[in-house]
Amino acid sequence: MTTTTPTKRTVPALSRLPGIPGRVLPVIATFVLFVLLFGAGSVRYEGFTSGQVFANLFIDNAFLIVLAVGMTFVILTGGIDLSVGAVVALSTMVAAAALRAGLPAPVVILLVLAIGTGLGVLMGLVIHHFELQPFIVTLAGMFMARGLCFVIGVESISIKDPFFRALATGTIELPGGVVITWSVVIALAIVAAAVWVLHRTRFGRTIYAIGGSESSATLMGLPVGRVKVAAYAISGLCAAVAGLLFSVYMLSGYGLHAVGMELDAIASVVIGGTLLSGGVGYVLGSLLGVLVLGVIQTLISFQGTLSSWWTKIAIGTLLLLFIVMQRLFMRRTP
Amino acid sequence: MTDTPSTRTAQPGGPVSTGAPVVAMRGISMEFPGVKALQDVDFRLFPGEVHALMGENGAGKSTLIKVLTGVYTATAGTTQLQGGQVAFSGPAEAQAAGVSTVYQEVNLCPNLSVAENILLGREPRRFGSIDMAATRTRAEELLGRMGLTIDPGSILAEHPIAIQQLVAIARAVAVDAQVLILDEPTSSLDQDEVAELFRIMRHLRDEGVAILFVSHFLEQVYEIADRMTVLRNGRLVGEHLTKDLSRLQLVSAMIGRELGVLEEVERLAADASDEAGGTPVLEATGLGRRGSIAPFDLRIGAGEVVGLAGLLGSGRTELARLLFGADRADSGVVRVAGREVHLRTPRSAISAGIAFCSEDRKGEGILGDLSIRDNLVLAMQAARGWARPIPKRTKDELVEKWMTALDIRPNNPDALVGKLSGGNQQKVLLARWLVTQPKLLILDEPTRGIDIGAKAQIQKLVTELAAEGMAVVYISAELEEVARLAHRVVVLKDRSKVAELDGSASVDDIMHLIATSDSEQVAS
Amino acid sequence: MSTVQTAGAAGVLERVRGSRLLWPLVALVALIAANAARNPGFLSIRLQDGHLYGSLVDILKNGAPTLLIALGMTLVIATRGIDLSVGAVAAIAGAVTCTTIVGSSDPTSPAAALTGIGLALALCLVLGLWNGFLVSLLGIQPIIATLVLMTAGRGIAMLITDGQIITVRNDFYREIGAGFLLFPISILIALAALVAVALVTRRTALGLLIESVGINPEASRLAGLRSRTIIWTVYVFAALCAGVAGLMISSNVSAADANSAGLWIEMDAILAVVIGGSSLAGGKYSLSGTLVGALIIQTLTTTVYSMGIAPEVTLVFKALVVIAVCLLQAPKVRERFRRRRRSQDPTSPSSPSTSGSLAPEEDSPAPTAHEPAGDAASDSKQKVAQS
Ligand SMILES: Nc1ncnc2c1ncn2[C@@H]1O[C@H](COP(=O)(O)OP(=O)(O)OP(=O)(O)O)[C@@H](O)[C@H]1O
Ligand SMILES: [Mg+2]
Repeated sequence: MTTTTPTKRTVPALSRLPGIPGRVLPVIATFVLFVLLFGAGSVRYEGFTSGQVFANLFIDNAFLIVLAVGMTFVILTGGIDLSVGAVVALSTMVAAAALRAGLPAPVVILLVLAIGTGLGVLMGLVIHHFELQPFIVTLAGMFMARGLCFVIGVESISIKDPFFRALATGTIELPGGVVITWSVVIALAIVAAAVWVLHRTRFGRTIYAIGGSESSATLMGLPVGRVKVAAYAISGLCAAVAGLLFSVYMLSGYGLHAVGMELDAIASVVIGGTLLSGGVGYVLGSLLGVLVLGVIQTLISFQGTLSSWWTKIAIGTLLLLFIVMQRLFMRRTP
Repeated sequence: MTDTPSTRTAQPGGPVSTGAPVVAMRGISMEFPGVKALQDVDFRLFPGEVHALMGENGAGKSTLIKVLTGVYTATAGTTQLQGGQVAFSGPAEAQAAGVSTVYQEVNLCPNLSVAENILLGREPRRFGSIDMAATRTRAEELLGRMGLTIDPGSILAEHPIAIQQLVAIARAVAVDAQVLILDEPTSSLDQDEVAELFRIMRHLRDEGVAILFVSHFLEQVYEIADRMTVLRNGRLVGEHLTKDLSRLQLVSAMIGRELGVLEEVERLAADASDEAGGTPVLEATGLGRRGSIAPFDLRIGAGEVVGLAGLLGSGRTELARLLFGADRADSGVVRVAGREVHLRTPRSAISAGIAFCSEDRKGEGILGDLSIRDNLVLAMQAARGWARPIPKRTKDELVEKWMTALDIRPNNPDALVGKLSGGNQQKVLLARWLVTQPKLLILDEPTRGIDIGAKAQIQKLVTELAAEGMAVVYISAELEEVARLAHRVVVLKDRSKVAELDGSASVDDIMHLIATSDSEQVAS
Repeated sequence: MSTVQTAGAAGVLERVRGSRLLWPLVALVALIAANAARNPGFLSIRLQDGHLYGSLVDILKNGAPTLLIALGMTLVIATRGIDLSVGAVAAIAGAVTCTTIVGSSDPTSPAAALTGIGLALALCLVLGLWNGFLVSLLGIQPIIATLVLMTAGRGIAMLITDGQIITVRNDFYREIGAGFLLFPISILIALAALVAVALVTRRTALGLLIESVGINPEASRLAGLRSRTIIWTVYVFAALCAGVAGLMISSNVSAADANSAGLWIEMDAILAVVIGGSSLAGGKYSLSGTLVGALIIQTLTTTVYSMGIAPEVTLVFKALVVIAVCLLQAPKVRERFRRRRRSQDPTSPSSPSTSGSLAPEEDSPAPTAHEPAGDAASDSKQKVAQS
């Protein structure tokens, strides 16, 4: 139904600021607004402007960064992956259960990565070969992954493995006394790798091409099927990595971990200026998107005495403020 | 199986097409649900020839090409490439086997840069990384070959369709293909660009490349093609050497009868031009939009056909969009029948009696997933509002009337417009507006991609409508068409109106004007 | 006459076969049959005190909120949008009504219930306007625009109830979600809404306009449609549906639980729409499909309980059924089925295999059916040559 009538993408008609290509504008907008938000926090709360608060943004959101990177690949092809939150939970569960069963950490890590990637491949294959809608297939994938969590166990399993514990507690001190964790290093390495893949490899450019127009990409003789499946595989792999980081962060596996985290990941990507219709966006934008969500969380934690509902309302309001400002920012630039 | 030339009507001969064909398709049939697009078609293509595939809209030309390149799997028949049986599973395989194709609708990625669109999938690499500098240089070089000087780093969507078409061609000729397929590559090109393209095609042909070419412009076909194959209603009519077939013969082979309408158009146009003038249907003063088109004045009387002429990017479409409220003007006044109107949205223009057929059929025209019927009545329905559906009887009558009048095929109002051939989509679009009985009809490239029979039909329709009092703005890249149909010609250049000529203006006059104002620009 | 009849019957059969609703329906029937096999009492329906009782009736009753929300979601999806906030809106509606009832002078009176309902729906209208404003006027991507309300909405609901579960004793209010008029009142409301929407969109031109906006907003604008107004309207409608569904949910248990009422119901609703055959890419939608889809989702949930499937595997089971239904109904899969059937039929010409690429050595024999056809073709060529 939708595959045969490619309609023209409405690429936002952004004219350019001198020297800045129109399509990086949203990323710049996100960046500017992020700085404003951070600045607002600094003005309002004491101790907000420390390097450690900034570093904590990365530490507390390392898994979300990885998740958002994988999600960016999928969304750039014009798809979506709702399963990632559940795959994170499944990864923590598999890791915890396998470690408890006495498997060595490297094997566990490989196992988790294989499961995540495998699920991604499976969903990608179904999406591509049967032309089912990504939303539904990955929603089913989400049910499946969560369900498997509970098949493994309904209780939370704590992780006592020394390697995981070491990763959790190990820190790296940066100049200036700022401390980060290994998770941050892994997450940033993945971001860097993703930037390279998306911009400097044929595979990456094909991802963009598919998002621009899948039918055109096919007619141009590009390996659309393979690349699309690979995008979901990457998302699955990233979810598995995020799951490992999350197990390190929580030091437990639990089927109810990361509920709704897929929406956080999608929100980060979209806030970072990526269009859900595909073909337009940057990994760095997604990274900024995660940081924006992180700052919002930090602001709320600095506020301290909020009841859980005010927290929700505040998150919603800040999110709203952000997207509306981003929108206006982009409208005004002629 | 061996080739059996004895059943052919035209023997390979002359300097071209000696030896075995590169492509030999036999007994190809292709069925879509409810449509037999091809029935038992034979086709062959020789190295070193330009072979034109001719036929009306919907004859099956694009389908045959897509069968050849593996986009569709034929219901029956075999394809041989270099004597070997092939059945490509998709365009990627066809490309790998040396068949390079430009499909009919521009099939590129609007979100990527021009350079990427040309080189996607075969970018120069260094250590596994795409070499950006080399990509850019290579793209520049390929664009240069097409006579294009645009920035390879610019985003494709920023360029008009004609440029996109040229980019698609640049992509296709960038590889060393043994077979080059061009499905209506010239439909939105200027004369100069066509000349450039032909130069390249001749060059490739002389190098032994087999070129399959589709066009509805007979002059072009006769200029470039060595041989042609004619299709009609999905069946093969015949294969001929170009020099053996007169235009008249070709046309009657394509449409299956004599073509009488063409001469009629000439006469009608002449008649109508006498009635030019009268009360202005629309009068624009100082209308303009920054960055789009400089303020201009325009007066269109009832029964008048005003042609807009100018090169690519001269502002033809932009002018039309202002008149329709598709873009909002930031200066000027528009009066319709003497009353000032504010054209803020297309909707307000429509209620003022203005209609607009966009040149971008796919993006701004048809609704592919809807039926012919729904597409036809859409504008009228929108104007009536949702609460007042058009009665079924009226709807059926309207649909029946216009489908017959414009000869829309397949003759099934429930067919999805997205599945129609390009030309028929155009007719549906035209009919959508005629149904609303507008006072002013703006046609942006209405005959692009339309076969000569239908083109004549549409031109005739335009003159008839004008004779009945409708005002028409007619935009076409084909100057002959503009000169022939229009009572007045507005010449545009670099996004501003430079002159207005009366109906006696010839193509040369217009050309001259475009050229001189060009030299003025250069001089100043 | 009998031949006419059989032809008619064959036609219907053909139609049913070609209909995309067939497989969802089959899935629904299969689910029910599986239940009946396991538990013979499943199909039985009793009439008692003018109420119908039975598992099937329960399915209808419990499925009503999902159906209603899916109804609103269908129209939103038809315009290429999505509304993630419906669950939160449902929670808000319940919260507003219950707090109003509890706070009124006579918490058992119909008047209190009506005031609460009125207030709740008015608020939902505002929330719908809000979503529509973000999407149609500001042009924010629907998924993110409605995510705002999805997040904040639950907070608002909890703010209204002060984080408590508010229970009410109001017989009038109870009727909406738990009452019966032979059938459960909730499903009657949902079906009435469905029929009303079907009539309004299919009898007027609204359906056509919604579809064209969903297929191509720019082309629709240029055809003179008020794309923005249409998009705005569907979000308002979706919020109203969600509001009424929220009333049903809270009325059924005579309580407002801001935290869990309507949690994840947006996903169920989207699932129902897609299982029913509407595309998330916008355009053509099917209301009857949504009905079947919603019933499948609810039957699935009921099945899980009634068949005593271990709660641990519930989700896995759900995932498998969803994928199975979607696969069966996917055009691509059905096309493959057709192909297979046709290629097994020896009289029809086989299509060349799609697998092979270049195979120069292969000397494939042409199908015998070709020769006579080839002659006919060359005949026609000869004719043209003479002309
Ligand atoms: N995907 C499709 N599904 C259904 N019918 C189709 C499809 N593609 C083409 N057709 C039908 O097949 C016939 C041949 O179409 P085709 O596009 O090959 O014509 P064409 O000769 O290229 O015409 P034009 O000059 O207008 O481009 C038409 O009747 C068209 O409606
Ligand atoms: Mg064609």
